[in-house]
Amino acid sequence: MDAPDGRTPAADLPASRRRLVVDGLGIIVSAAGFGFVFGLAARTSGHYSVIDAMAMSTIVFGGASQFAAVGYVASGLAWPAILVLTALLNARHILYSAALAPWFRGRPFAERAVASHLLTDEAFALSIAHFRRLGRFDPFGYWYPAIVTTFIPWNLATFAGATIGSAVVEPQRLGIDVIFPAAMIGLAVGLVTGRRELAAAVAGAAVAVAVSLAVSPTIGIIAGGIVGPSIGLLVPPSGVTAELPRLEDMKR
Amino acid sequence: MTTDLVPLAVLMFLVTYPSRAVGMLAPGIERLPRRALEYLQLVGPAVLAALAAVSVMVSTVGGRPVFTVGLPWLSVAACLALVAWRRNLLIGLAAAVGIAIVGRAMGFA
Repeated sequence: MDAPDGRTPAADLPASRRRLVVDGLGIIVSAAGFGFVFGLAARTSGHYSVIDAMAMSTIVFGGASQFAAVGYVASGLAWPAILVLTALLNARHILYSAALAPWFRGRPFAERAVASHLLTDEAFALSIAHFRRLGRFDPFGYWYPAIVTTFIPWNLATFAGATIGSAVVEPQRLGIDVIFPAAMIGLAVGLVTGRRELAAAVAGAAVAVAVSLAVSPTIGIIAGGIVGPSIGLLVPPSGVTAELPRLEDMKR
Repeated sequence: MTTDLVPLAVLMFLVTYPSRAVGMLAPGIERLPRRALEYLQLVGPAVLAALAAVSVMVSTVGGRPVFTVGLPWLSVAACLALVAWRRNLLIGLAAAVGIAIVGRAMGFA
């Protein structure tokens, strides 16, 4: 059993990996459900072949932007506009990438380059929680969430959704639409280890909703991701704070 | 079987990858001041909570974003509470989906 704050002792690699694997099971369910709906949505839009849908899931590998593209393509939006909107929607990855970078310090360039393509909301949340528990980088802690819990189920489910998805009537009745937000909030909870993280999460959500209503959801999410941490920094740190990566750990 | 949208996928990759790689591949990230690192530590909770909140509270009607209240609120709240209590995401997701299935079977949106 982990400590109440969700952290395990820094040296307890097996315990932290067990926690990662168990949390990853939830993400497999989430990625599979979400991927299935994407495959189904792409095919039923009438514009995507199975190959097109699979190309999106393997090459782009960006859930929300893939869903949005289905709508853009169906509405006849020009490709340059789709690309601008995709870049905006995926701009939050800049924050993830910068947050993970200190943990990847000293790793080979090729490893970081491949890891970058596999960086998703889910891979980020699971891996950074694992690194914080350990207080150092652990390769399993990135590749397991990035590939096993996300990339593989996402792509298999896309294929299933694109090929046999039409046999499933009303995915909403199966609760598939709540999997993504539930997974995101669950992952956020896993990262809240003190007052600052809590303040950042609450502020991020509030700002995101407000800006989404005033401008657009894409801009809202980015605004929440930028403003939330700023507000979190205004809060005095509590006794338990997430570990920052240590230089000596990066050399392992 | 068409491959008309494969080039679009490649182009979408080309505009997405830089966002994912800029931090990981940019030199000098290890020399960030401590305050900047503390900021980056808070990005995860903020972005993930933002994604969840926008997913359940904002929907697009007629091209305009509108505030939405519905069954997903209850599902997501149940997941949040269970994960905070049990520290187990799978249980939280199961509860969220279960509430959605039962609620919709009872006629809630």
